[in-house]
Amino acid sequence: MRSFDYVRARTAEEAVEAFTTHPGARYLAGGTNLVDLMKLGVERPTALIDVSRLPLDRLEELPDGTLRVGATVRNSDLAAHPLVRDRYPVLSQALLAGASGQLRNVATTGGNLLQRTRCTYFQDPGKPCNKREPGSGCGALAGVHRDHAVLGTSPHCVATHPSDMAVALAALDARVELYGPEGTRTVDVSDFHRLPEDRPERDTEIRHGELITGVLLPAAAAGAPSAYRKARDRASYAFALASVAVVIRVAGGRVSRVGLAFGGLAHRPWRARVAEAALLGEPAAAGVFASAVDLELAAARPLPDNAYKVPLARNLALDVLTRLAPAPAPL
Amino acid sequence: MARTALGAPVERREGLAKVTGAARYAAEHHLSGLAHARAVPAGVIRGRITGIDTGPARAVPGVLTVLTHENAPRLAEPDDATLALLQNPDVPHRGWCVALVVAETPEAARAGADAVRVSYDTADHDVVLAPGHPGAHEPEEANGGQPAGHRHGDPESAFAQAAVRVDVTYRTPPLHNHPMEPHASTATWDRGRLTVYTSSQGTSDVRSVLAGLFAVPVDRITVRAEHVGGGFGSKGSARPDVVLAALAARHTGRPVRVTWPRRRMPTAVGHRAPTYSRLRLGATSDGRLTALLHDVTTHTSPVRSFVELAGTTSGVMYATPNLDVVHHVVPLDVPSPSWMRAPGEATGMYALESAMDELADELGMDPIELRIRNEPDREPAGGLPFSSRHLVECLREGARRFDWHHHVRHAEGPVLIGTGVAAATYPVMVSPCAATAAALPDGTFEIRVNASDIGTGARTVLAQIAADALAVPLDRVRTEIGDSDLPQAPVAGGSSGTASWGSAVHEACARLLNRLADHTGPLPEHGIGVRADTSGRADADCPYARHAFGAHFAEVAVDTVTGEVRVRRLLGVYAAGRILNARTARSQFVGGMTMGLGMALTEGSTLDPAFGDFAEADLASYHVPAHADVPDIEAHWIDEDDPHLNPMGSKGIGEIGIVGTPAAIGNAVHHATGSRLRTLPLTPDRVLTALNAR
Repeated sequence: MRSFDYVRARTAEEAVEAFTTHPGARYLAGGTNLVDLMKLGVERPTALIDVSRLPLDRLEELPDGTLRVGATVRNSDLAAHPLVRDRYPVLSQALLAGASGQLRNVATTGGNLLQRTRCTYFQDPGKPCNKREPGSGCGALAGVHRDHAVLGTSPHCVATHPSDMAVALAALDARVELYGPEGTRTVDVSDFHRLPEDRPERDTEIRHGELITGVLLPAAAAGAPSAYRKARDRASYAFALASVAVVIRVAGGRVSRVGLAFGGLAHRPWRARVAEAALLGEPAAAGVFASAVDLELAAARPLPDNAYKVPLARNLALDVLTRLAPAPAPL
Repeated sequence: MARTALGAPVERREGLAKVTGAARYAAEHHLSGLAHARAVPAGVIRGRITGIDTGPARAVPGVLTVLTHENAPRLAEPDDATLALLQNPDVPHRGWCVALVVAETPEAARAGADAVRVSYDTADHDVVLAPGHPGAHEPEEANGGQPAGHRHGDPESAFAQAAVRVDVTYRTPPLHNHPMEPHASTATWDRGRLTVYTSSQGTSDVRSVLAGLFAVPVDRITVRAEHVGGGFGSKGSARPDVVLAALAARHTGRPVRVTWPRRRMPTAVGHRAPTYSRLRLGATSDGRLTALLHDVTTHTSPVRSFVELAGTTSGVMYATPNLDVVHHVVPLDVPSPSWMRAPGEATGMYALESAMDELADELGMDPIELRIRNEPDREPAGGLPFSSRHLVECLREGARRFDWHHHVRHAEGPVLIGTGVAAATYPVMVSPCAATAAALPDGTFEIRVNASDIGTGARTVLAQIAADALAVPLDRVRTEIGDSDLPQAPVAGGSSGTASWGSAVHEACARLLNRLADHTGPLPEHGIGVRADTSGRADADCPYARHAFGAHFAEVAVDTVTGEVRVRRLLGVYAAGRILNARTARSQFVGGMTMGLGMALTEGSTLDPAFGDFAEADLASYHVPAHADVPDIEAHWIDEDDPHLNPMGSKGIGEIGIVGTPAAIGNAVHHATGSRLRTLPLTPDRVLTALNAR
């Protein structure tokens, strides 16, 4: 039996202190993914620093209109919060599209961002996986990869990031608030997760010992038409085959602001910067949307069994874009 | 009141114990000195063990011993070679048990299992099934004597000359039973006597297997399975857990528990083998079948030959002068397949009933009318008259309830709505069984029979059968089941449990009534008991072809944006003899239809071509339908009075619900979209690809 230390932190300072004094430690919040990975033998922490009781369980509106979401706010509470439902419906929808009711009641905002891929090779210590065991190879490339990534892959890893919430946050231009040994900093959600390149063992840009303390939802995106749509194998409790989050404003028939992100396609929430650039300032029209999305997805490099993700992602994006920004009625 | 027990919607007798947690399952028997064992799975696909270093495992604190093929007690050779565990160094497939670590705690056993080092000589492997595989052979019989083929007339010529032809191949993936309760066994030896608590669909059979393996008389073995959390065929015979527990208990002299982790189940306890079904249907222009050819290709393991007999039902359903049913089996280096709910019927009827829908399309004929037009007056393959057959009535009643003839395909924005129908059938099986019935001085009655309640409500329905036979109120009947010390009974499988056990119970009760009629004065202190045994009669040849029939209707919504298929309505109508308990029967039908929905849309295991096991090892990746997938299911039945069955007049109901459901859903998807998908499950990747190819 593997034993490990357990430390219950009362403050973020205490948590970071405990983490840095326990080599091999992991932060524990809802535990919905970490505990599973410990049971599988994928994670073998020497210490769990329990951050679930830190005073980070509230939403607060900052003077500049930013909505600050504490890292331990539960997924179900975040999805149901009136300000989120009102100002950021894409976030509420994404959260409710994820996991199951039971899991959402336990899973936290910070933990959701840090969940690991559900690649079956990653979860099976009996098989090669560069993310779990750098240098051991990628089992999915020659194996079963229908659920795997088509964008931003590397020869070392084709895993996808499983979060729905993070896709919405990326489209909203949200920022992750971090506290660590070197103090506090914030990182764009879109830059927080990494592509695998030759270091697939690193999911994010988080630094050693850093703790997510919150997520900042910008005032600029508040109230903008937004939506999340996810395609999955069953109606509930399944990860995205592909998903899309869209935040869009149209002024005078032209796109004045747009955030577009895909889930289920890449090692991170895929911020569609190419498509966004092609849309900004252009007429809100189906043909424009299609060209922009095609431009983005032209970078896809599917494997033999996951090519369907490209047309699926295209359909999802066009469906949500045209729904949120319908062509103006003819005069 | 007494005469109304059968058919009434009586509640499960053990319901309260189950929902309050009082009911104990196989891994919940706490024996003094209990040790825990964990199997070490082979990490290679095919090969031979060249060395096992158990030192690091034995050094783990709490580890008692490590059993391997080098030191494990010898077993007699079993009929089922998947039970020849730790007997030789051969590795036939990935996940095969190569060592067993026994420890004081489950945690120590697991740490020990992780520490065992095994080296192998490996050999090339082949786990990929394909029609025309050079390793295929055609068995004449399979699975213990079932015929694996049938032929009459000149099918090839008749097909070639047919006015209307359909020649299509349908494909089903490996599927896993995944009952809620994983396989588990606790075994203890006491002065040469073996007692086992296990999760099984039939403990009399498990006892026989253990007696053979350990060369111990059956009367020195007791196997108990008081409550079983589902099986769906995966607990239909002794599986590795029970053998390993008994082996380790004998070796250590302590009670030992083996629990199979969910992730290890796919390679260890069986699966439904994948199938390719080539259907060739030839018909006249007015829709009469002139040829039916069903050619199945499926796999088995090198250890145990099990054939998914997907073609058999094609000899039951429709009149045709020319019929050919053939199975091609390919031994691959895969885990051993086994029974899964409606083995053969579910896969084969998916193919046949989809092909019939294609034929109806070709003919421009209503699919119900096509089926009615080909209604046989005798069983086409066997030639016997049916004991009863009310398929047409099921189709008509279902059409009425579903409002079939008023459904038109339509669109709700990007969502396409369609409807589909398929027929279902399942054979009537029955096996010999013994039972006792006793009248006690307090006015109650005790029924003893080693039936298994795998969640179906066996205790309850057997009490109903007894109450009716004895003409007493239901609450005066107790039933003792789930213990091999009780009168010997067959497995809860093949939809035959209630018929088999019930026949014996009914007969025992009838005899008891006779005895009581002769008795005068008060009953003796221990009551009066009688025994019945249906051997020789239950298994006697029957001059009738006996099958249950049903009709399934589905309404689906296909989202053209995502390729997602969601079922809006499922409706089944069954002709299955007399329904003995309206509540538990409905539960069986609805459960079967839900499993059929999973087979159609969400469930599938993927054999990993590189690693030789299944990619889906948990219930997050193996998608059984969630509640949100199952919006509206109705199960109905028609009254069927069949005197050629058993004293209750019942046919089996546990499996027919799954049989027609996948085809009904697939046919509805075709109706909605115009695309004919021939590979299950109908997941968004496949559906979207088909939609884009239109």
